[in-house]
Amino acid sequence: MAKSSTVTKPRDILGNSALRPDGAHKVQGSFEFTSDMHAENMLWGATLRSPHPYANIISIDTSAALALSGVHCVITADDVPGKPTYGLISSDQPVFAKNVVRYMGEPVAAVAADHPETCRRALALIKVVYEVLTPLTNPEDAIAGSFDPIHPDGNIIRHQRILRGDQSISAEVVVEGEYIIGMQDQAFLGLEAALAIPDSDGQGLHLHVATQWLHEDLTQISACLNLPAEKIRLTLGGVGGAFGAREDISLQVHCCLLALKAGRPIKMQYSREESFFGHVHRHPATIFMRHHADTNGKIVKIDARFVFDGGAYTSTSPAVLINGITHTQGPYKCVNATVDGYAVRTNNPPCGAMRGFGVVQACFAHESQMDKIAAAVGKSPVDIRLINAMVTGDPLITGQIMESVAPVSRCITETNAIPLPAPLGETVNELSLPGGSGLTASRSNIVRGIGWGVSMKNLMYSEGFDDYATARCTLKDGIASLKFATSEVGQGFVTLAPQIARSVLGVDEVILEPIDTHIGSAGSTSASRQTWMSGGAVDGACRLVRERLFHHVGKQHSIDPLRLIIDGTDVVDQVGSFRISVAEASDGIEISETFEHHHRATEELDENGQGNCHTAFAFVAHRAVVDVDPELGLVKVVQIATAQDVGRVLNPLSAIGQLEGGIAQGLGLAVMEEIVMKDGKVRNPSFTDYLLPTALDAPDVVAVMIEEYEPQAPLGAKGIGEPPCISVTPAIVAAIRNAIGKDIERIPVRPQDICL
Amino acid sequence: MSANEFYSLQVNGKNMPVQDSWIGESLLYVLRERLGLPGTKGACEQGECGSCTVLMDGDAVCACLVMAATAVNSEITTVEGITSESALTDVQQSFVEEGAVQCGFCTPGLIVAVHHLLEKNPSPSELEVKEAISGNICRCTGYGRVFAAVEATIRSRNEVK
Repeated sequence: MAKSSTVTKPRDILGNSALRPDGAHKVQGSFEFTSDMHAENMLWGATLRSPHPYANIISIDTSAALALSGVHCVITADDVPGKPTYGLISSDQPVFAKNVVRYMGEPVAAVAADHPETCRRALALIKVVYEVLTPLTNPEDAIAGSFDPIHPDGNIIRHQRILRGDQSISAEVVVEGEYIIGMQDQAFLGLEAALAIPDSDGQGLHLHVATQWLHEDLTQISACLNLPAEKIRLTLGGVGGAFGAREDISLQVHCCLLALKAGRPIKMQYSREESFFGHVHRHPATIFMRHHADTNGKIVKIDARFVFDGGAYTSTSPAVLINGITHTQGPYKCVNATVDGYAVRTNNPPCGAMRGFGVVQACFAHESQMDKIAAAVGKSPVDIRLINAMVTGDPLITGQIMESVAPVSRCITETNAIPLPAPLGETVNELSLPGGSGLTASRSNIVRGIGWGVSMKNLMYSEGFDDYATARCTLKDGIASLKFATSEVGQGFVTLAPQIARSVLGVDEVILEPIDTHIGSAGSTSASRQTWMSGGAVDGACRLVRERLFHHVGKQHSIDPLRLIIDGTDVVDQVGSFRISVAEASDGIEISETFEHHHRATEELDENGQGNCHTAFAFVAHRAVVDVDPELGLVKVVQIATAQDVGRVLNPLSAIGQLEGGIAQGLGLAVMEEIVMKDGKVRNPSFTDYLLPTALDAPDVVAVMIEEYEPQAPLGAKGIGEPPCISVTPAIVAAIRNAIGKDIERIPVRPQDICL
Repeated sequence: MSANEFYSLQVNGKNMPVQDSWIGESLLYVLRERLGLPGTKGACEQGECGSCTVLMDGDAVCACLVMAATAVNSEITTVEGITSESALTDVQQSFVEEGAVQCGFCTPGLIVAVHHLLEKNPSPSELEVKEAISGNICRCTGYGRVFAAVEATIRSRNEVK
């Protein structure tokens, strides 16, 4: 391309591919992640964890550890000055286990020492005497009541049913299946890390932490430390991905306790093995579904039973359960439903938030069912989905009316219009074959399959929770400053926020102030919500500032401020000839406004699962093409075609990154990623044994963004983070079934599920 | 911690003394914690994820798998050594412009790996690119924009010729 100095670069406003403001630092290695932080006089912290899934603690002797040279302190449950437990929904998880450990990896003690190796040796010197108990590992035992409560709050975390329409109706076609979803790990690259720096008076501290939600951390930490919230400051350290795993407390309280006890800064950083034990995972689930359909394949009724294994502590299990069961129908019309759902407590690792949040599990079940209906009535996977596709205004099985823009049919037809990949050549590089290099897939054995998945995903929080977001905008001398507590975990809000300010205020230079607790909450970076919520807050704050700027300009130049608009980087009288640059108009003044964005109110479900519990929804379709070696049970995902309902594209480069990244995670769940459990013990807590998609596993992704402006959304844009990883998983499994002609009802699909 | 070892490493063309270290420290730890070079990231400690990719005598290696004290006679290049003070390299520029950076934790390792690839093989095929970076796990991007960044770099280098 010819380079010319006269070409003006388009302004980085909404709709353009503005580049990440932290991009240059990240490619140079100079971006400071939390694990890169140092403080003078700093010590290292480390955690001792239970080797048993379920055991009584008879005694803990820390004397030998304390006697080790270089060790500064050792803390246990006895050293927690405030509330002994924490939790996002129910405060049922101990900071340190006191008399009993309920999962393998539960924290028992922590040490502070001068070197990570000293920490490791000190942990080995702590003598814990356990009385090992038989763990509760089968969720059905929790439901049946056949196991004594493993926690004072009981073994059932939440039970909810949905009863809608005619409970006894059936139809000509009945298909059913029991679907099993394995435990997936978020596997962010940047391990859990924090740096706690005690105040010089020992009465408070400053915690730098990689988290999804600073204010929620602050609330929980403050209670456990028995310190008023104003004595604790939280600043977001550089975050290396999150995907739900940083919504719960992990090392925050431990790090603060060590810092206060040692009177010195403490840095904690998990190893990869510890990370597998230190954060919650995606819930493993067993879902039974029975669909009743007419001879055309139109859904008449759905019966379903969900069992989510919440593991030892509550985390977000109650909300995951509600998300799962309220998405039983998927993006399809359904007027009759009988759904029973449980989230239960076991001695397996605690499970909570992961991208897709309960809907991933439901979608694998309902999409597998759609293909069974299609086969039963002799229709194609595309036609069966089009026949049943939901539209705006349809009632959901909760009685809530679908008020979001719902371009389900368009998602399907536009995906279907994407060309299929070329057939596999007769001679191909072995790297392109299922299994890749070093495995022995033979070209002549390879069969190709095509499969579909379509999904609906709620956006923002549900059930009456007001997860508002706060932002402040300050305009001074033509420069806007933005302040918010929105966690940047890699998703790109730090790119989007300045785009909003430039669009609304006509500025070019935007300064982002530190992301910390010196402003109101932004809510969590989860539930596909920050573009909508924090985007709405930044937009609102900028609009308030703009209004005051117009008043200021109007007063100075005797123009009715209502006639003023922003045109590019100027304030313009839209019915006259007056024009002044924003820089000049704001010269010498400072206008600052704070705005809280609240989404519309939602409500809790009643005992029959009825109620307007969700805020809004987004939709997406995926078509997968796979090559399978049926003898070896190996799969190569060749292409993913997708059309996603995004409302409006605010940054094309960021948007495609979300779609492709989510697809890779959904691919992982489909064919490789699973935390393998045996008797409550994790068998593969490492990247050697927990397999993640690599560059060679990445399929070609062909994506279409469906832009139908969402009137409810402040910027017209829906959240786009979660949908990409939801229906791609059932699409890949359907493609494997299509290739080998065998029913598969569990994910991830393992070689033995294909070839045995 | 008994920490009384002394040795020197050759990092990014400089002789860097390592003082008071424990002999069991990995190259990753020494680079990050003792030599003030935190650009090299640790994410798996098992050589599986490539976040700690550095060049050792011209080979791409995982710094987490190298004992620092065994690297005394090697030339080590980290992402900081690839980075110039004045401007981004073409690979770095392409990563930013093509959207290959999200959380950025895998990025320094990928930058080293891609520089290494293009030095050894200026015109890699698509499959050669994928193989060359298959040891670098990225959890955010799904690799699509990473491929685009490598392609853009190759394209721009060909245009310059």
